[in-house]
Amino acid sequence: MKKTAFLGALAAAGLAAGVASAQTLEEVQERGELNCGVNTGLAGFAAPDANGVWQGFDVAVCRAVAAAVLDDPQAINFVPLTGQTRFSALASGEIDMLARNTTWTFTRDADLGFTFVGINYYDGQGFMIRRDYGIGSALELDGATVCIQTGTTTELNLADFFRSNNMEYEPVPIETNAEAQQQYLAGACDVYTTDSSGLAATRASFETPEDHVILPEIISKEPLGPVVREGDEEWGDIVRWTLNALIAAEELGVTSANIAELAEGTDRPEVNRLLGTEGNFGEVLGLDSDWAVRAIAANGNYGEIFASTIGEQTPIGLSRGLNAQWTQGGLMYAPPFR
Amino acid sequence: MLLYDTRYRSVTIQIVFLMLFMGAIAWLVDNTITNLAALNKNFSFDFLWESAGYDINQTLIEYDNQMSHGRAMFVGLLNTLLVAVLGCALATVVGVLAGMLRLSKNWLTARLLAVYVEVFRNIPTLLWILIFFAIMTEATPSPREFRGDDPAASMLLGDAVAISNRGVYIPAVEFARGLGTLNLHYFNISLNALAVIGVIALSFYANGRLLAHATRVQNATGVRPVTWWKSVLLLVTPLLVMLYALDAGLDYPALRGFNFGGGTHLRNSLIALTLGLGIYTGAFVAEIVRSGILAVSRGQSEAAAALGLKPNLTMRLVILPQALRIIIPPLISQYLNLTKNTSLALAVGYMDLRSTLGGITINQTGRELEGMMLLMLIYLIISLLISGAMNVYNSRIKLKER
Repeated sequence: MKKTAFLGALAAAGLAAGVASAQTLEEVQERGELNCGVNTGLAGFAAPDANGVWQGFDVAVCRAVAAAVLDDPQAINFVPLTGQTRFSALASGEIDMLARNTTWTFTRDADLGFTFVGINYYDGQGFMIRRDYGIGSALELDGATVCIQTGTTTELNLADFFRSNNMEYEPVPIETNAEAQQQYLAGACDVYTTDSSGLAATRASFETPEDHVILPEIISKEPLGPVVREGDEEWGDIVRWTLNALIAAEELGVTSANIAELAEGTDRPEVNRLLGTEGNFGEVLGLDSDWAVRAIAANGNYGEIFASTIGEQTPIGLSRGLNAQWTQGGLMYAPPFR
Repeated sequence: MLLYDTRYRSVTIQIVFLMLFMGAIAWLVDNTITNLAALNKNFSFDFLWESAGYDINQTLIEYDNQMSHGRAMFVGLLNTLLVAVLGCALATVVGVLAGMLRLSKNWLTARLLAVYVEVFRNIPTLLWILIFFAIMTEATPSPREFRGDDPAASMLLGDAVAISNRGVYIPAVEFARGLGTLNLHYFNISLNALAVIGVIALSFYANGRLLAHATRVQNATGVRPVTWWKSVLLLVTPLLVMLYALDAGLDYPALRGFNFGGGTHLRNSLIALTLGLGIYTGAFVAEIVRSGILAVSRGQSEAAAALGLKPNLTMRLVILPQALRIIIPPLISQYLNLTKNTSLALAVGYMDLRSTLGGITINQTGRELEGMMLLMLIYLIISLLISGAMNVYNSRIKLKER
């Protein structure tokens, strides 16, 4: 991982001959493979399964984009990245898009030269602690040793939270989720803090998940979403509208089960426009008219992806909450396909 | 023909080569500027004055998350230097002992140290650091196990030292009567600590003068005056008087809340890093010391024996002074290696320069190029300073040709 950071820095320094320019789509199509940056391993979001195939909520976004662009959801080269290496990898062109539970912040969007194309998970930072500590609130954590993934927004939120509540803590900086898990279980830190979805995913992989509680306080807003480089609007649009297609599909009732049937044509114009039987949306994006059909067929719509990777039926067991459709009291809201 | 004129040819080749080299540099710089412009980035070190926003666990100077990235970098630099100094000291002690004992006539000692050298220098230093870290975190009790009426773990040395998976807590010296602090704008220096260090330095200086005097008397009369009790008096009394005057006491670590409070907290990351780097580099130092001793010709020790010198005197007066000349230059490289290897600190979460400036700061500000260049510059300066200091020492002990 050090190597990646170094190469990324070198490449960012301009040693790589070509610069990431406005040709990402052509590059990906020529390569026949999408380079997608994902987490080094976070169950439910991005982790290889027993057969070595990457699975998860963030992975599904990569698969949908690969299906839309390359007509093959498997044509992906997954690049596992740590919190520290992800941005260099994206800036240098090592990856075409980043789907690694990355928080949309002002600095990253406006200053670092990236474009957040949307939000696929509304999250917030929480704390996990052993149940037998008998702690019920994050405000009782004065003096605790806190394991934290370095290079993330959680690091800054944590500092703000303890400062504004006048509490002390001892940060233990850690590179990956796996290391953090090991340190936490070994008792080297009292508390593990990260996005609460990440906590749920981590806890689900423990031997005895019921021995650990996630404290009720959510100390930050963490809108997570896929990221692309700034300066290639065409490619940004493709990733943005692929994500929107997944979300809109759920709203419009398009599922992996009925998509073949609906793609024949329906009497609902918006479904027709989404699935390419009406209008030329695919062409506008530089793709063919079936792009959204393939993207949705790859893993199903947003709701199906959620349910199969991190939903309540899975070991992660996250409820939809803020991530429900806007029609059901959530924040998931795709702009209209018009 | 000009082509066959060696002077002309060599000058031409050099000029062409220089131009190519400069062209390559210009291309790199130009490419960097173009690429940065394409990414909408400028080249600026302004971020060093912005608020850092993150916390650092081990800080040798005052720091909180509202201070600047530059300050965080400085905290990291001090942490790097701390572990480098501790590591070099450990490597030297371990290396010199192991190198000399490897030449021991005792079969078992020599073989054991051969095993040490071969095992440690043939396994990557990162693995050693991780192993020590794993031992420290997995095999030691957590602070909670010290709690309760019948705790599973207990503190050592009369409740003075606690070894836990968060690190080792030892008593700290504290002064009840303080001289205050010296405010140097960027950081405060405790005048108490300064006074104690000053007294120790003066004691050592006085002791040095005493020994020099003894040597002069010995050279003049042939009899060396007895100095040991004067030395002890000179070294110990002023320090004790000073400590008494400042009303020094020990602050013992005790369980407070989640962790131990009070005392000095030696974090596992620091311990693992020091042990990993020190013992690993010690294996190389051992080989350097051994080769230095073996390089002194056998005739020297035979001549010393013929003069009636005892073996330990032979070692101290004849062999080691000559061996040092051979030992110092490669030892410099080992010190440099160790200092640069401290950048492996990230692996165990030790907040050194690489983790603060080269890690979190770069990541939060997106200034990879500036950060990396600054990082390289600082490591370069540290290395040049070490190498410069060691070269001065080397030229002092090397064979003087008159």
